[in-house]
Order: sequence, then C-alpha cells, then structure tokens
Amino acid sequence: MNGKALPYLLLMPATLFLCVFFLYPFALVAFEAFTRDGAFTLDNFRTMAGSWKFPATVRNTLLLAAIVVPIQLAMALLMASVVSRLETGRSAALYIFAIPLGISDLAAGLIWLAIFDQSGFLNTLLSDLGIVDRPIMFLGYQSKLSIFIAVVLAEIWRATAIMMVILVAGMGLIPREYHEAAEVFGASPWKRFVRITLPLLRPSLQTAIILRVILAFEVFAVVAALGGTNLPVLMGETFNWQFTLQDRNVAAASALLILAISIGFTLLFLRVLRVPREARI
Amino acid sequence: MTGTHMSAIAEAPAAAATADARKAGDWLLVATAILLCVWVLLPIYLLIVNALSSPQEVTAFPKRFFPSFDIGSLTFFINFAGVARALWNSVLVATLTMILSIGFGAPAGYALSRFDFPGKETFRFLVLMTRAFPLPLLALPLAVMFIRTGLDDTAIGLALVHTTLALPFAVLITFSLFSGIPVELEEAAWTLGCTRWQAFRKVILPLALPGIAASAVFAFTISWNEVFAAAVLTIENRTLTAFLLQSLGESPLYLKFAGGAALVVPALIFIFAVRKYLFAMWGIANR
Repeated sequence: MNGKALPYLLLMPATLFLCVFFLYPFALVAFEAFTRDGAFTLDNFRTMAGSWKFPATVRNTLLLAAIVVPIQLAMALLMASVVSRLETGRSAALYIFAIPLGISDLAAGLIWLAIFDQSGFLNTLLSDLGIVDRPIMFLGYQSKLSIFIAVVLAEIWRATAIMMVILVAGMGLIPREYHEAAEVFGASPWKRFVRITLPLLRPSLQTAIILRVILAFEVFAVVAALGGTNLPVLMGETFNWQFTLQDRNVAAASALLILAISIGFTLLFLRVLRVPREARI
Repeated sequence: MTGTHMSAIAEAPAAAATADARKAGDWLLVATAILLCVWVLLPIYLLIVNALSSPQEVTAFPKRFFPSFDIGSLTFFINFAGVARALWNSVLVATLTMILSIGFGAPAGYALSRFDFPGKETFRFLVLMTRAFPLPLLALPLAVMFIRTGLDDTAIGLALVHTTLALPFAVLITFSLFSGIPVELEEAAWTLGCTRWQAFRKVILPLALPGIAASAVFAFTISWNEVFAAAVLTIENRTLTAFLLQSLGESPLYLKFAGGAALVVPALIFIFAVRKYLFAMWGIANR
C-alpha cells in the first residue's frame, strides 16, 4: 500500500465521524437558534430572555461556577501536592481521589440527596448531637440557599477529581532538581510551592481550569436531583424548552448561549494564563 | 578548637528542630491525605447504606449509619416497571459506544503516533476542540436528524452521540499508548518479512491490548454515566440515567438511592480497572 495515503486512511473514519456528529450538529444548532419556520429571526433569543426564570437561571449558573471552580482549584492543588509527596500509599490515595471521575453527575446528585434529604444523614447527625429537635427541610422550595449550598458541595465533591488528575500529571513534568535547588537555598515548602510549582504548573492549570469551567456551565443532573426546578440553571432550562415546552428553536438558542459562554471563557483563560512557547518544559 | 565545638553544640538543636518540623510535616501530610479520602468515600458509603436498607428504614428518621443488609430496596428497584429494560439499554448503548469509539479512535491514534504528515496538527486541533464544547448539547439538533433517518429512540443513535464524547479520549489514549511502543520493534518485524499489517497484529497489538482495553472501559463508563443526551434522545428505550432522571419527581426515595447505587457500583469497578491509564487520558492535554 502507498505509505503516503496510509495515515489519511487511518484518520478518515474518526474525521468523518467528527464532521457528521460534531461539526454538523454544531452548525445545525446555530441555524435553528436563528430561524423559525425557515426565516431568519432573533425571536428565539427574545423568547428565551423574556422568560421570568431567565435572570435567575443565568445568575445561578454563573454564581455556581464562580464559587465552585476556585474552591475546586484549591482542593485539586492540595490533593495533587499530597499525592506527589506521599511515599507510602501513593497509588491508593490517587485511586481514591480519582473515584468521582467515574461517577455520573446524576449519581453524585443522588449521593448528596442521601445526606441533605429531610430524613437524610445530615439531619440524623444534627439531631443525634442535639442541635435540632425536628429534621430541617434543606431542599424544600423555600430554602433556596441550602439547595444552593448542597449543589455547591455536590459539585465540589464530584468534579475536583478531573482537575486533580491533570495537575498530578503536570507536577510529574516538573524536574525534581528545581525543588532540590530551592531546598538547598533554604526555601520553605510553602515558598517552593508558590515560587516553583505554581509557575511551572501553568500549562496544566490552564487546561484544568478551562475543562472545569466548561463542565461547570453544563451543570444539570446534580441540580435536578437536589433541587428539582427550585434552582433553575441554563442546561436544565434548555432541557425544559426542548421537552416540557416542546420548542426546539428556543432550546437551540439556549444551547447556543451556553456554547457562547463556554467559548468566551475558554478564550479568556487561554489569554490570561497564556504560556510563552519558550517557557514550556 | 572552641569555635568548632561551639558550632557543633549550636547545630545539634537546630538539626533536631528540622527533624521535628519534618516529622510534624509528615503527620500533617498523612492526616490531610486521610481527611481527603474520607471526604471522597463517606458520601458513597452513605448512599450504599441507604441502598442496603429496607424501604421503611430509608424513609424513617432518624437513620442508622450502618446498613441493615436488607435487600428490600434493591429488589423493589429491580422489579420496578422499566428498570430491567433501562439497565439493558444502558449496557447496550455503552457497549456500542465502546466499539464505535475504539473502532474509529484506535486507527487515528496509531496514525498520529507513527506518521508525520500534513494535516496532522489540524486533526489534533479538531480532537482537542471537542473538549471545549458542552457536547451533550449537540443531542438537540441531532434529535431532528435522527427522526428523519429513523435513528430516534434507538440504542445506536444514542451510542453515536456518546461516541463524540468518548472518541477524543480514545484517540488520545491510543496515541500515547502506541507512542510508548518503540518503532524499532515494528521495523524489526518488517525486516524479518512481515507485512505492515502482520507486524501490527503480531507485534504491536499484543503490547497495546491492555491499554486499548482500558480506553474501551473508559468509553463504556462515559456512556454509562451520561444523562443529558440520553434523556433528550430516548423515550421508549430509556437508559438507566434517563429513566432515573425522568422519574426523579415521582419516585420514592428508596428507588432513587437503589438506582444511584446501581449507577455508582459499576463505575467504581471501571475506574479501578483503568486507574493506571488515567494520566494518559487527561495528562496528554497539557501539550
């Protein structure tokens, strides 16, 4: 066989597949968002933005991301530092920290439902300790704040693992000599972390933050399991437009909004955390 | 003479202080590690406690922190209308996703690892770009396309969407896998008279097989866990996640928790099976 054609032949199935099931629906969703009955219109966006839930939906989604992602970043850095410094039990710790990576967001929501439900484990603990007499309704429609806190905790629990794995891989790329040199000059562990690990970890930090922020805008099943419709988020409303309200053009507009926010933040973090080519290891 | 003596005395407590600090640091490290493990494991344990308790115990208050090993909740879940079918659909869709993503992804990973050719970077960019989009959303326009082509509400239709999620991982992991196998092994086989295909099948494939199996398991897990696209694209043939999502409003607590456990336990096994390859899947995105 012609050696020049072989790589293209091998790439062909994957490329064709991505064109049909990634690029094409992507174009289609944009087309549907801007049309109704075949004519160009911005009505779909107006309908979406005109819904009484819309302001709360956008606010909840952005607020969730703004609270969850920084906490996760800190926790992922902590987990990655612990893993890279442990001498015994390193692989066990790594496996345990990575477990949530394999757990569905719906399952994560149900796991935290077991804790926050009215007859759940948190209420049991509080009443065992004598703090409350009667179980508190954490997830009722009147307790938006505690629903929000439950979702934040469930999201932190569920999706820190992704960042942790990326950061552990990144820390593995930093040559040991830098740390040893700093130690010889008397730098404390904290100083070594701030002056050596963090700057050299920048490419991994960039990847981890971008991936995580995109996932944060996709939050859906965790909220559905814990808050039902009491805490509207963008992805959930998109689902509502498609299913409950049976309007796929507005659903497409909503989807396009999520895509636009995701792309906007991706570009922002690519720029803010840019790594000059010559500074890469 | 006195000088060296003095400094030796001064050094001893200093060295002891460093040793103390190191010991305290070690303790802190271990304590943090244990605390973080508890943070991850405790919520899962509590879900399992619920799943292994009788329906009455699940809805009762206060609760016990240990399971009574009553299989009432689980039997109720398995016998609930639609659950067995949803489980079967989940397995079917995940298996199809696994086959499709490895079938399309592994050749691409091999090509990326062995050849230099124009367009290579474009392809890598296309693959990495898929990570920057909320892919489940693409199920919305595909729903219409599937109705036109008769793929709506079928396992294969959903598996195609799940493959867009799993394919980038399959490409990246097989790429790093094949890159780790020296080209010299292949070249040696060629000089001994193997064709390109024979060399691949007899030399490379056996070496790569465990890794390929791991990325297959990972593809299975991605599909098994996916909620949004599954709920959008299936109506009659719902997967377990779609079934649980759509019955959230009306189903009793013990059904939810047993369902949650049914989702989690296989995922725990899958992640354990692929733990060695986690870095190949995520770490490669650094470059």
